[in-house]
Amino acid sequence: MRTQSYLTTQRKLATETRMYRDADRRLPSACSSLMRDLQPSETFPALTDVSFTVPKGSTYGVIGRNGSGKSTALKLVAGITKPTGGVVRVDGRISALIELGAGFHPEISGRENVFINGIMLGLTKRQIQERFDEIVEFAELREFIDAPVKTYSSGMYMRLGFAVAIHVDPDVLLVDEVLAVGDEGFTHKCLDKFSEFRRRGKTILLVTHSLNLVERFCDEALWLDAGRAQTHGDPKRVVGAYLTAVEQGEEQLMVETTARAVESAAPPGADVPQPQDLTTNMFQATEGRWGSREIEITDVVLRDAAGQPSHVFHSGEPLSIVLRLRAKQPTDDVVFGIGVFNAEGVCCYGTNTFIEEMNPAALNGDAEATFAIDALDLVEGTYKLDAAVHKRDGYPYDYHRLLYTFRVKSRTHDVGIYRPRHKWTFSSNVQFLQRDDRSGS
Amino acid sequence: MRSNLENLIRYRGLIASLVARELKARYRGSVLGFAWSLINPLLLLIIYSFVFTTIMPNETEGVKPYAVFMFCGILPWNWFATSLSDAAGSLIAGGNLIKKVLFPAEVLPLVSVLANMVHFFLALPILIAFLLVSGRYPDPLDLVWFPIAVLVQLVFSSALALMLAALTVHFRDIRDILANVLMLWFFSTPIIYPWFQANVQRFRWLFNLNPFTHLAVSYQEILFFNGPLGHWKWLLALGAFSIVLFLACYWLFDRLRDSFAEVV
Repeated sequence: MRTQSYLTTQRKLATETRMYRDADRRLPSACSSLMRDLQPSETFPALTDVSFTVPKGSTYGVIGRNGSGKSTALKLVAGITKPTGGVVRVDGRISALIELGAGFHPEISGRENVFINGIMLGLTKRQIQERFDEIVEFAELREFIDAPVKTYSSGMYMRLGFAVAIHVDPDVLLVDEVLAVGDEGFTHKCLDKFSEFRRRGKTILLVTHSLNLVERFCDEALWLDAGRAQTHGDPKRVVGAYLTAVEQGEEQLMVETTARAVESAAPPGADVPQPQDLTTNMFQATEGRWGSREIEITDVVLRDAAGQPSHVFHSGEPLSIVLRLRAKQPTDDVVFGIGVFNAEGVCCYGTNTFIEEMNPAALNGDAEATFAIDALDLVEGTYKLDAAVHKRDGYPYDYHRLLYTFRVKSRTHDVGIYRPRHKWTFSSNVQFLQRDDRSGS
Repeated sequence: MRSNLENLIRYRGLIASLVARELKARYRGSVLGFAWSLINPLLLLIIYSFVFTTIMPNETEGVKPYAVFMFCGILPWNWFATSLSDAAGSLIAGGNLIKKVLFPAEVLPLVSVLANMVHFFLALPILIAFLLVSGRYPDPLDLVWFPIAVLVQLVFSSALALMLAALTVHFRDIRDILANVLMLWFFSTPIIYPWFQANVQRFRWLFNLNPFTHLAVSYQEILFFNGPLGHWKWLLALGAFSIVLFLACYWLFDRLRDSFAEVV
């Protein structure tokens, strides 16, 4: 087994983050109970029954929400923290990119810091001497290398830290979300370096929030949630499962937000009717509820393509807004309105049945009005919804202003509000690589 | 334990470069730089000389000039005291290393002790110059004991440094307590008063319990007083005690090691 796998955690790796008595420690009690205080007072299981193996030469991604134990797992593998149960076995030299430039001293020069940092990471002076030019070249810091590190920008600092760590030439590279730093150009350089590592058969364990990176880069992925392994295996499948869970979480959040908004909106009859033109009202973005309630909107439901109530939608998918109504007495003067606003309060779209020249003839008792959108062509973001019933002259029966929240998700990070259906075409002398080719593997 | 000690030897390159970094960083950006390591003790010695010859002349038999006598004890004491207060905060100050890098934590308190030892060495020329100017020529045979005294103090300080560093992680109060304890310790050690004073001799057994008494008296005998080192038995006994203490403190440090990354 030793020759096959470079990195294994055997059977039920567990660790507890020990929280020591801290806040309310007074001197007499601290002295009298010295030994007791050295025992952790409270423990929090950071990882429970996590077990995974990273074969030599493969790239392994760990994903999960904040606080799910990803970094703890990495620190266990690095040997920085010790597991309370279970075994970590690593064959080969490790270099951990957990915090770049962690050992830099601000007062001394970049050059001196490279040497000291290199020694901390296990290199000898001679090895650093040999690699020094390469390190400086990689960090793009040739003209600043003799300046004190405190004068560096945070990007320069990170670049130097990364350059040193990567030139340790480890067998196993542990990476904790370090690609978030540095500009675009440097990030690409780092990715190229990782690709080179892969080609040379090195093992990489990657903790990241960049799902894109995991899909493109990793041979296998692990999803941790609340310290437990949810699933592992094929990166695409793991990322998919994770995204589904994230959406469910967001859905829950939207439900709660909406419920709170509706609840805190004005109770029936407690307000003065504000007969105003619907279209001017559209642009005042204060949430609330008003109207005479002769016709009441009892519920607003958002439905997805399958007709299921939802609060999280994908850009381009169908969306139906269903208004449930109750008319206290029959009427023939009624207009239904809908407004969609983005997080900045910009009205993305607003309409009503009057604008669309629909003449009401009768409404009686419980009713339902559905506003169906074939394709929700909005960019990713959180949106709020107006729903209203009023008279043709604007006299409000029941006006729900920004009470309903929904989220649009998109895998494309385009900007703006509206995504028109579009297609790029090019003359034959313009060519693009396939997306996957960019990883350089 | 054995492997720990072997590791310490393996880390010597790291320790050496960290000590060098510590020294470089301390004076980086100051105009006089390393000269401060000489100027600081020089100024201190001049002030003591002025006070004890002009303002408050001390005529104790056999200890003239009094300021130079005091200085023989104060320099090693400064090394000792600053080592301990630096070491006590060393793990907390180096928290980034302990939390984010696989880093041998024991290196940090030892670096504190060693960096201050270098400052001690840098101040020695001033002391020697004053000794020679005031006609106190140390006996060359006596001087053989000097490295031994330094070594004993190094082991003794390192032991306490390891213990304080490990405990301070859990009890931040130690840093404040330590400042006061060191003050008390300083005055209960025969540094600013001679060992052979009648009042000291009356409580001799009490002074003997204070480890630093033996270091201070040894330094004074080696550097200031003529004649062979009469205190050598005590010095060697302290050396043996220091080794045992070092092993015990290192053991304690090792026991608490796993908690550092979580508490720092």
